[in-house]
Amino acid sequence: MRVLVWIVEGTWMAAVAAAKQFVPADAQITLLHVIPAEAQAVACEAPQALLGRWHTRSTEALQSIAAQIASGLLADARAVLGHDATLNALGGRVGEEVVAAAQKTDLLVVARDCDHAREGPHSLGHTARYVLDHAPCPVLLVWSEQADVT
Amino acid sequence: MTVHLSLVLALVGLVVTLAVAVARPTWLPESAAAVIVAAVLLAFGAVSVARTRQALGDLAPTIGFLAALLLIGDGCRREGLFDALGTLMARRSKDSPRRLLALVFILAAGVTAVISLDSTIVLLTPVVFATVTRLRMMATPYVYACDHLANSASLLLPISNLTNLLAFRASGLTFAHFSLLMALPTLGVIAVEWVVLTRFFGAELRRPREYVAVSDQVKLPRFTLAVVGVTLIGFLVSSLIGVDLLWIAAAGASALTLPALVRRKTTLRGILQGLQPGFLIFVFGLGIIVAAASDSGLAAAVRAVLPHGESFIYLLGIASVSAVLANLVNNLPATLILAPALAPAGHVAVLAALLGVNIGPNLTYVGSLATLLWRRILRAEGTEVDLGEFLRLGALTVPAALLVSAALLWAVTRLGA
Repeated sequence: MRVLVWIVEGTWMAAVAAAKQFVPADAQITLLHVIPAEAQAVACEAPQALLGRWHTRSTEALQSIAAQIASGLLADARAVLGHDATLNALGGRVGEEVVAAAQKTDLLVVARDCDHAREGPHSLGHTARYVLDHAPCPVLLVWSEQADVT
Repeated sequence: MTVHLSLVLALVGLVVTLAVAVARPTWLPESAAAVIVAAVLLAFGAVSVARTRQALGDLAPTIGFLAALLLIGDGCRREGLFDALGTLMARRSKDSPRRLLALVFILAAGVTAVISLDSTIVLLTPVVFATVTRLRMMATPYVYACDHLANSASLLLPISNLTNLLAFRASGLTFAHFSLLMALPTLGVIAVEWVVLTRFFGAELRRPREYVAVSDQVKLPRFTLAVVGVTLIGFLVSSLIGVDLLWIAAAGASALTLPALVRRKTTLRGILQGLQPGFLIFVFGLGIIVAAASDSGLAAAVRAVLPHGESFIYLLGIASVSAVLANLVNNLPATLILAPALAPAGHVAVLAALLGVNIGPNLTYVGSLATLLWRRILRAEGTEVDLGEFLRLGALTVPAALLVSAALLWAVTRLGA
C-alpha cells in the first residue's frame, strides 16, 4: 500500500498522527511538502516591477531559506512518524502538485486547516479544498487539533 | 512639425522607453533609452527647447527631494531596520497567524507611508517572507499583504510613493494638508485589504501554530528611527516654519549618511548606489517625453476622457480612469500625464487621480498590469510562475478599495468645505 501524507505548516502533526494510527505497518509512506511558488515569486519578482529602479534580486537567498525550512519540516515529520518514509520536497502550485503526486498512491492523508471550532467547509482553505475536489485516490481527512501525539 | 506627427512620435517614444525599462536589455539601460528618446524628440521638434527646459525645471525639485528620500531609505537598510522589524514581528506575533498578519499590516503600512513603497517592496517583503517561513508558517498571506499594502498605504504622505511626489507640486497643497486629506481614504483602503485578505485566507489563518524559538534580542536602530521621525515632523510643519521640504529631506539624509561615512560603515560608492542616479535620470527623461506627448494633444485627450467636478461620482470616475491608465502604461508615466492635466481642476481632482494610480497597480504587482505582461512577453525567461491566486486577490480588492477611498476622499473634502 502506497500512502502519501501531505505535510503542511501548522497542521502536519495531525496528518502524521493519523498516518501512524491508520496506516498499516508495511505501507510505503511518502511525506510531501510543497513550497508555494506564487508567494515566492511575488516576494522575489515584485522589485523588478518598480519601473527604472532597484535592479537587485533576492531570489536565491529566499529560495534557499524556504528549501532549508521545508527539509527541516519533513525531517521532523519523519521523526514523529517513527516509520521509514520517503521525503518529497517540491515547489509550485501547491494544490496541483499534491494532486499530481497522489496519482500513484492508494491513500492521501490530509489535515484540515482548522480545529473543531470551525466545523464545515470553512475548515478547509482554498488549497485543501482543491486537493479534496481533485484527489484521484481515497482521502483520509483529519481535524488538525489531533496534533499533540508527541 | 504638425501636432499630430509630434503626438505620434512622442507616444512611440514613450512606448519604446517603457519597453526598455520593462525588458531591461543588458546593452541599454532605461536611463539611456529615456535620454536618447528625449533627445530625438527635441531634435525632430516634437518638443521645444523652452518646453524641455521648463519640464526639467519643474521636475528638478521633485527629483532632488526623491534623491534625499532614497538616501534615507538606504540608510534604514544599512542600519538593519528591516531585519530588526522582522524579528520584532516574529516575537510579537505570539504564535497567532492572525496577529502576525495584523503586525505585517502595521509594519508594511508604516514603512510604506513613512519611508516609501520601494522600501516595502524591496526590503521589507523579503524579510517578511524569510521571517514567516522560519516560523514554519505559510508565507502566502503575509507576502501578498506586504505587496498590496505597498500600494494601498502609499496614499498617505507625499513621500510614500513617487506618484505622490510627482503630483504633489501640481496639487498646490502643503505636506500636512495633503496628508490630512489622504488619511481617511488610506485607512479605508487598508480596512478593505484586511477584510478581503482575512476572508480569502480565513481557514489558513486559523491553523494551529507549532512553537518555534525566536531570538529575543530585537535591536531596533534607535538613532535611525529618531532621524526618520524628526524628518517626518519636519515635513509636517514645513509650511508653518517656512522651510522648503527639500532642505528638511536633505538634513534627514545627511544625518543618516554622514555619520555612516565617517564611521566607514559605507563608502561614497555605496552612497552613490543608494542614490540610484540611473533612476533619477530616467525620471527626467520620462518627464520630457511625457511633456512632449501632453503638449501635442495627450493632455487634452485625457481631460476630455476624465469627468469634471468634485461630486462623489466624478471623483470615483477620475480614480477609475486613472487606475486603468496606470495599468495600461505603468503608474509613473500615468501620473506625469494626469497631474498637469488635472491641476487646473483643483487639488481634489489630483488626489482622486492618485487614488487610481496608487491603488490600481494592486491588480498585479506594483506598477501596472502592463509591466507584468510586458516583462513576461519581452523577457520570456523560461518557466514563469502562474500568478492566478495573486491576480484573483487583486481583482477582489481593487474595485472595493477605489470605491471606499473615493467615498472617503469626497466626505473629507465636503467636511473641509
